[in-house]
Amino acid sequence: MRRLGMAAAAAVMALGLGFASLAEARTVRWSASGDPNTMDPHSQNVGTVTMVLQQIYDALIARNADLTLRPGLATRWEQVEPTRWRFTLRQGVRFHEGEAFTADDVVFSVTRALQPTSNYGIFVDTVDRAERVDEFTVDIVTRVPDPILPNKFASVYIMSKSWSERHNATRPQNTRAREEMHTVRNTNGTGAFRLASREPDVRTVLRRNDDWYGWREDAPGSATPAGNVTEIVFRPIGSDATRVAALLSGEIDFVLDPPLQDLNRLRQAGNIRVVEGPEVRTLFLAFDTYRDELLYSDVRGRNPFKDLRVRQALYHAIDIAAIQRTIMRGQSIVTGTLFPEQVNGYVREEDVRLPHDPERARALLREAGFPNGFGVTLDCSNNRYINDEQICQAIAAMWTRVGVRTQLKAQPLAPFFAQIQRDDTSVYMLGWGVPTLDALYSFQSLLRTRDGRPGNGIWNYGRYSNARMDALIDRMGVETGAQRAETIREALRLYREDVPHIPLHHQMIPWAMRSNISIPHAANNQPYFRWMVVN
Amino acid sequence: MPAFIISRILQALPVMLAVALISFAMFAYVGDPVAIMLGQDYTQAQRDALVRDLGLDQPFFVQFGRFVVNALQGEFGLSYRLSRPVLDLIVERAPATLELALTAAFLALLVGVPMGIYTGLYRNSWLSRFFLTFSLIGVSLPTFLIGILLILTFSVWLGWLPSFGRGETVRLGWWSTGYLTWGGIKALILPSITLGLFQMTLIMRLVRAEMLEVLRTDYIKFARARGLTNRAVHFGHALKNTLVPVITITGLQLGAIIAFAIVTETVFQWPGMGLLFIQSVGAADIPVMAAYLLLIAALFVTINLIVDLLYFAVDPRLRIGGGKGH
Repeated sequence: MRRLGMAAAAAVMALGLGFASLAEARTVRWSASGDPNTMDPHSQNVGTVTMVLQQIYDALIARNADLTLRPGLATRWEQVEPTRWRFTLRQGVRFHEGEAFTADDVVFSVTRALQPTSNYGIFVDTVDRAERVDEFTVDIVTRVPDPILPNKFASVYIMSKSWSERHNATRPQNTRAREEMHTVRNTNGTGAFRLASREPDVRTVLRRNDDWYGWREDAPGSATPAGNVTEIVFRPIGSDATRVAALLSGEIDFVLDPPLQDLNRLRQAGNIRVVEGPEVRTLFLAFDTYRDELLYSDVRGRNPFKDLRVRQALYHAIDIAAIQRTIMRGQSIVTGTLFPEQVNGYVREEDVRLPHDPERARALLREAGFPNGFGVTLDCSNNRYINDEQICQAIAAMWTRVGVRTQLKAQPLAPFFAQIQRDDTSVYMLGWGVPTLDALYSFQSLLRTRDGRPGNGIWNYGRYSNARMDALIDRMGVETGAQRAETIREALRLYREDVPHIPLHHQMIPWAMRSNISIPHAANNQPYFRWMVVN
Repeated sequence: MPAFIISRILQALPVMLAVALISFAMFAYVGDPVAIMLGQDYTQAQRDALVRDLGLDQPFFVQFGRFVVNALQGEFGLSYRLSRPVLDLIVERAPATLELALTAAFLALLVGVPMGIYTGLYRNSWLSRFFLTFSLIGVSLPTFLIGILLILTFSVWLGWLPSFGRGETVRLGWWSTGYLTWGGIKALILPSITLGLFQMTLIMRLVRAEMLEVLRTDYIKFARARGLTNRAVHFGHALKNTLVPVITITGLQLGAIIAFAIVTETVFQWPGMGLLFIQSVGAADIPVMAAYLLLIAALFVTINLIVDLLYFAVDPRLRIGGGKGH
């Protein structure tokens, strides 16, 4: 299908590139298990969507491969007043369909991301409005001082105002609507690649945008020199075995999510390279510390998890080294804190675990009044995180060994999340990613008391509530500089002492590719094709 | 005859309604579409608004009633997962599944019938024994394993055939076909063998049993007594009489092939309706699941009706009794 169209487009490309050094086409064919559900940049905030859209759309601020910030569509930004960020825009940028990029597009896009139907609200949660100052200057006015706005704005993609208006797409898709919006299958960004064709679940083809400003900035010799890919063909393959087979047989050049059990086989194949790196995703266990009696336990009349000693006992019971060695096959970073070091606010001294000590665990349970232990059900997903079910099996066995008879309830992600989001659990395992790369996001979503205000405690399904923690989290949202860093450090210390969670590890994610390809590994699990080199 | 058709269609309606009701009731257990649509970050207000928008706050029978009324008008709503009309999605995927199913059925007939005849005629030859043993594999190996073994052999080791997808397709109106390009045909081979292997062995065993049966009948003996050649006896008389049940079974199995292509489509990332269904289950995409299940129910009802009508056409005894013969 579209063979003719592709050939015609290729011919046009060839004309455009005739004089450039990149006249030779370098195509990379890659795969992952999931296909982006939409091409709308403000509709669904999930990795499978952004992994394609971030090649097409730019934000005001971009990221380097190590996830530090760098200029994107804005060349400078500063907090001119506590509640006002000023962005100076890049001049001479054009959208893929030719519209010139100006302040109006920024105001439009921020307003669009603020719509109730947008799934990107977390990145603009403090924003009151966007104001045009002049053609290339925009002010973002926040309701409260927001020190980490630039971090969040690296995820707010900029669309063309006139294009969106022309195509009736001034707000993200409303689920009540009966008609498909133009943006579900069409794009118009400013990014390094433009969408050439798309067949959902089958094939998505992107072509290099030679006018992109970034090609010049990442000149050869810089830390991450610009890549040489001219065409990206994405073909999702849901079945693990088939995805690996397609890589081995040479039909695919790059796989974002190779299955762990096949990594050794891939490493042994002569022409395949496996690159591993840490992911910003932390697995932990969280307790119901709210109810007076647990839903899924044989303890009547009291909630054992309200007792710090019980939480500590279960922490001591876990042999994390064994989990790392046998279940994760070394591919995890053991942790004692809430988020990995790529996240702003990380403190190494607070990244300390309670040691594995079954004797101490039994003693603590005795002290807490459970000399014979008790029974409880552990809720887990079985297809969401790397080896999630096996991890939970191991933990259930370790807890049972110290007397807490643990039943495992492992389910696919859809029913699992439906269940825990009703607070219908006694203890559960969750893996938490941090798209803003700032501590506040994790603290606010996971540990703040739920009070109905946006973002507060929305993933706190054990309903942990600690007045001191709440105060620290609220301060994190408004403080700046060294004072804020100290607040985060204090919150991390409290997290370690009060054991609201049992942290387990940060996931490592492997990428597999043919050996003639190189691409910097990014901890947000996003492939940045602008830096991919095909030899 | 028209009365017969109408009565069958009237009988089909409660079946469809029951399928719709049961599938709808099951959706309560596939998970919460709202949680999946909202992703990691949302506010309670957003969640409430979405639940209201989707009508999920309504009582079960109100939701079901609205679904039935809309379905009767051919309106299945927007997919939660893909934000596109469900009907468009299904129409887009149908050609892939239908081409795969037809190729598989054709392959099953083309190989299964001759093998059945051979094993029926030469019961004791070593080739017959080989075919029969081979057919046991087809019956007993699970589909996904056959698919993976084929991929391993023909894609990874030999590198002859693609391991996934439809290859290049050509658009004829709204229909996309893989039959017209070399790449499309190559991509069809492994999935259609995987999907058709079970049917092939079924047909082979059926033809063999029927042949053995027919060869013992009197009229075959008379035919031989008349001095007809083996060829005329075997193919002119015996085979013709074995084919009636084979056609019936093949027709019924075609429905099964289409409905159960899900596993094959998943293994080969075949962009058909089965793959769409599996992905919709993962995302608790209720509108797509409901529409797909209804469609499959309608398909089975239709195929049953056609088979009944074929009986009418083939078997004169049914017509004499005024359509009440069976």
